[in-house]
Order: sequence, then structure tokens, then C-alpha cells
Amino acid sequence: MAQRTMVEALNLALDEALAADDQVCLMGQDIGVNGGVFRVTKGLQAKHGSDRVIDSPLAECGIIGTAVGMAVYGMKPVAEIQFSGFTMQAFDQIEQNMARLHNRTQGRFPIRMVLRTPYGGGIRAVEHHSESREAYWAHTPGLKVVIPSGPRNARSLLAAAIADPDPVIFYEPKSVYRAFREEVPDAPESIEIGKAQVVREGCDVTIISFGAMMRPATEAVEDLAEIHGIEAELIDLLTVSPIDTETLVASVTKTGRCIIFHEGHQTCGIGAEVAARLAERGAFEYLVAPLRRLTAPDLPYPFFQVEQHFLPDADDIIESAKELVEWT
Amino acid sequence: MRVNYTTPLMSDPSPDKKVNAARSPSEGTPPPPAPGAFDARSIDLGRIECLQILNERGELDEGLRPDIDDVELLRLHRAMVLSRAFDARMLAMQRQGQMGTFAPNIGQEACAVGQAWPLGEMDWYSPSYRSFGAQIIRGWPMDRLMTLWDGYHDGFPPPEGVNDLPFSIVIGSHVLPAVGIGMAMKRASDPHCVVVNFGDGAFSEGAVIEALNFAAVEQAPVVFVAENNGWAISTPLSKQCSNEVLASRGIGYGVHSIRVDGNDILAMTTATREACERARRGDGPTLIEAVTFRMSLHTTADDPTVYRDEALVDPWKERCPIRRFETWLQRTGRLGSDETEAIRAACEQEVLDAREKFRAHAKAKPREIFDYLYASNPPELEAQRMAYLRRLDRKGVS
Repeated sequence: MAQRTMVEALNLALDEALAADDQVCLMGQDIGVNGGVFRVTKGLQAKHGSDRVIDSPLAECGIIGTAVGMAVYGMKPVAEIQFSGFTMQAFDQIEQNMARLHNRTQGRFPIRMVLRTPYGGGIRAVEHHSESREAYWAHTPGLKVVIPSGPRNARSLLAAAIADPDPVIFYEPKSVYRAFREEVPDAPESIEIGKAQVVREGCDVTIISFGAMMRPATEAVEDLAEIHGIEAELIDLLTVSPIDTETLVASVTKTGRCIIFHEGHQTCGIGAEVAARLAERGAFEYLVAPLRRLTAPDLPYPFFQVEQHFLPDADDIIESAKELVEWT
Repeated sequence: MRVNYTTPLMSDPSPDKKVNAARSPSEGTPPPPAPGAFDARSIDLGRIECLQILNERGELDEGLRPDIDDVELLRLHRAMVLSRAFDARMLAMQRQGQMGTFAPNIGQEACAVGQAWPLGEMDWYSPSYRSFGAQIIRGWPMDRLMTLWDGYHDGFPPPEGVNDLPFSIVIGSHVLPAVGIGMAMKRASDPHCVVVNFGDGAFSEGAVIEALNFAAVEQAPVVFVAENNGWAISTPLSKQCSNEVLASRGIGYGVHSIRVDGNDILAMTTATREACERARRGDGPTLIEAVTFRMSLHTTADDPTVYRDEALVDPWKERCPIRRFETWLQRTGRLGSDETEAIRAACEQEVLDAREKFRAHAKAKPREIFDYLYASNPPELEAQRMAYLRRLDRKGVS
């Protein structure tokens, strides 16, 4: 066992995948000699060669489009887009080819590839470097969307994404990259894509979150128990497409209260989909208080001098949980 | 085979007979400065080679006679005739309400046939939608192509053993994946190549330019065939770009580039064959600009009389790739006029046979639409499938 940051855990997963399977390759801007702007791929080109850890030209659409072709030929490319805000330049290839070539060819060409990209705010980055647009990809048929929250699950989920038969968008919470260390076992662990994790059990309110927002959510849950006597159940989605509806329904029917907490915008965000599924599955009958979304406003991510108040935080969860528990 | 490109294309004013590689500097210029240093001199990109072997009158440039035997020559001819027979029948079927929207390729048969001809089974082909003449050569049965154009999903995947991408519909979206296939070939040390085609309109797409650059940087075994047919639906080339020599773009990206008379089957076949050989031996990508003309409609949903003068089409009737080739084949005794008619009739019959097969087998399979998106359906999608199947049951759809 070793204490690792998320950056180190992701590096480990990539190193293991490259060592285990000749068909795995990495490609992206500055990922080779430089090791990526966040150093997730540090040392991998020196170890596995420039043919397998490819420094590509500066063109997001080109990276994803050529990765699709490599997948058609049987390789398993893991493409890095430097910041998720730049994936918009690759939207065409993600939507037209990565997500649908398998369907178009009735399964003849499986697209075994992963698009890795750092997402989210909180690091005082310049404009276009703090987006959380996971809902776009959840909305695109054919993709899976995976978002780890800590070093340990990041390593396992990335390994699962690379092994998955379908194309995966892998969003890495960049504010967590070096925020803390966690025990990451030397031996690979497996986590199933499409399964949420109940991180803490509780009976008063369900809090559903994922990615970087799991940290303030965890903080809130601890304060709720210690200070306010509210036992919250905290669920880490881990995969935002497909969503693990069963785990959410089971929790909300038990607690009768639900808060959905994420960085993405509110309208048509992951929270909207979660709320709709809970309603469709009859969980609303168990609700004793209205369901609540705590999300980013429907605004472009603001300039970093004002970003500290943009995202909902632990206090918002505490305030909402208290309101919902006292709802009559 | 190294072809001595000496004949300028019809529009090329230069009578220069000297071979002049596109990327080589002119004679007499001083040596280039060290890599990375700023060169204050103007830059000479050289001139672009143009290739025409058989002119509009069906006269062969003997100095460029390609190494293609008579059997192959007649097969090239038949492939073009078959492409046109398929084209005409598809157009007729669409007009009779028996076919979905279709994109004809009349007049561009030499482009399609010439670019697919040099490909072997292990090579790959990534076509745009007007490329049925090439797809037939690649092993797509014509009834499958009819199935595809008439809106049945079964027609889309390439037949077993055919290493093709399905044709692209979003303009230019298939070019980057073609380069990716080439990059993977190179990494596997497989001595194969990829041919990808697109039009003059597609060349305005950023993704196509990115593809050219990726292939150049990677020295990927890719042959880009830019079919410059002058029109992107209603937009003429003059409104598409200011430098109408599309091959010049390849030079800018460090890709070996050549301009070819796209209505000359011998030039198309020769240029593509040489480009494929270059790619297979590891010498990188080639851009072939095939100069041709869209004689007919963009698709059957299009009416060119709204935006172009039909008089523009007339000169191109004289440049018909099939007639030009037949003239030469007949003059040189390789083809009798009776045989020409017999080939035409046989091709027409082959298309009719394909139509019968298509009519007999094309079957909508509404129950299968959920079967191919993921390796296995996530629970929510499976629930949607069940709801959809109940709808079909309610409507009595099998």
C-alpha cells in the first residue's frame, strides 16, 4: 500500500494498462516529454516509448478523430484533452464517430477508447479552464461517462474504462488532483462502471454527488451528524452515464429526502436526470420534503477572482438538509 | 514504378516537361538555413505536378504509358461502365419512389474507380457518400448499397472481409479516422495503406485540414483523394476558396501532392497506385487532387437549375471519362464497338439482378434498433427497449 495523490494514482493505472496490453496507447498534447500539463502521464513516454505515448499536434478534433481510427484498427487509445473546456473542439468527432461508429456498423467496429480530461473549477484557472459539462456526454447515446472522486477509485475506474468495450469519457476532477493522498493498494482493484457507491449510510437525507464535489459533500455529512444530529446518506455516483438508478431509488425511499449536489449547470444537468428518474420510479411517494438541486448556476464559469462563491458548498448542503428535515 | 509526370493538366499553362518534385527547391537557390532559423528569403514551394495520360480526345501520352495489362485495362473500363449503370438505375428508382435520397456520381467514374483500384484486401478505404463506384470494387455487393441508400441499417456495415469504413454523411468527418487507421498500421508495422476521399467542399472543414497535418506529422500511410468536382451543393469552388489549386494545401503541410485529371482513368489509377506504394513502403502520405466536375445533382433532393448555368456542364460532356477511355481502347484494338455495347448491356443486367436481390431481401428490422449501440445495454436503455417493443406489439409490428 502506498499513499498516493490522484495524479499518481492515474499515472499508475496508465502505466499498468500500457504494460499489460500492447494495444493500449496514449495520445494528447504535451503528454510525452512534458508528462502532461498536470503530470498525469509523467515518465510514461520514457518507459513505454514515443510510439505508444504520443505527443500529438495541437488539435482536439484531430486527437479524438485519429484515436477513433486507431480503435477501428484494434488499438485501445487513451486520448487526453488538456482541459475539458477544449473538448468542444472535438465535439464533432465525439458525436459522429466515437459515440456511434459501433452502432453505425452494427457492432463490426467496437470503439474501445477513453477520452481523459481534467474538468471543474477551484484552481484559479483562466477562462475556459474550469468547465463541468459532463451532461453533454451523458446526453450523447453511445458513450459512458465516468468521474472518480479520489485517488483510490480513480485508479480502479480508469483501469475499468480502458478495459471497457464501449467508448468512455473519463472526467478527472482537477481540483482533487493533488488535494490529498489516499491509500492506493499496489494490486489492481476493480470497480464496475455503472455502479454508484454508498459512501456513508444514514436515514435522514440522501445526498447524491460525484467528482470534486464529494469533498465538500463529505465535510457537510460529517458536520450534519456531529453538530446538527442529522444522519445523511452520501452516495458517490462514480458513473454519470449510465446512472445507477437502483442505488439511488433504494436510498431515497429509505430517507425520504434528497439533495443532488454537483458542479455542472442546473438546467438539464445530471441532477435533473437523477430527479426525473426518482420521480419516474415512484420514489417521490416516499419523499417527505421536496427534492433539492444544489448546482452551479446556468452561467459560464466566472473569472477566477469571483469563482470562490460560484459553486455550492458544504454550508449549502447543511442549510438545505436542515430545511428538508424540518419540512412540514 | 516511378511515373515521369510531364503533361500539364488542361488548365495548366506551363509547358514545362521537366520533372519537378513539389517539395524540392528550385535549382540554383542557396542552401537552406539551419532548421528552426529564420530565413529572410522568399520561399519557393516549387511547382505542383499535374498528370494526364489520356487526353480528352482519347490520345495516349506514350511517354507516360502505364504498366497495366490489357485484362486490367478492360476491367477498369467495365468498372466505370458498371458504376454508371448503377448510378442511372438508382436515379430512376429514386424518381419512381423506389429508393431513398441518392447522390449521383455521373462523370466522376474515373475518380472513384481509379482511387480504389490499387487497394488490396489488407488496405483500407474510407469513402464519402458519392463513392459507390469504388465501394463496388472494394467488394460491396450492389444490392447491399441499394439497401443502404434505401434507409436500411443492414446496408451500412462493410461486408465481412472488406476493410472499409461506412461512408461518411457529415462532410469530412471520416478523414481523421482514416488517418488514425494509418497511424495504427504504422505502429503495427503492417505494410498497408488507407485511401480516403472527400470533395472540394469538405476541404473547407477544419477536421480535414487537421487530418492532413496529423498524417504529415505521423508520416502515416494515407492517400488523400480530394475530388474537386467544382460544386458543394450550390457553392462553386470560387466561393469555397481563393486558391483553387487544392493540391497546394498538401505542400503547405509537407504532404507529397499532385494534381490529376480526374476524368482520366489511367492518370487516376497511376497516381493512386504510386501514392499507395509510397505509403506502404513507409514514405508517408500523399494528397491527390482529382480535377473533375459534378455533372448531375448534388443529391436527388437538389435542383442545380436554381444556382448554376447548364452551359457550364457542356464542356465536361466532352471530357466524359468513359467515352475517352473507350475511344482509346477501340482505336488501339482492345475493344470492339459490339463488345462495348455488350459490356453496357451486361452491366445493366447486373444492376437489375442486384435490384431483384435487394427487393427480395431488404427488410426493416425495427426490433433490432437497440442492439448495436453498446456491447450490452445499460439498465435504463434496456427499460427503454422494453417500452419500445411494447409499442411495436401494440401496433402489431413484427
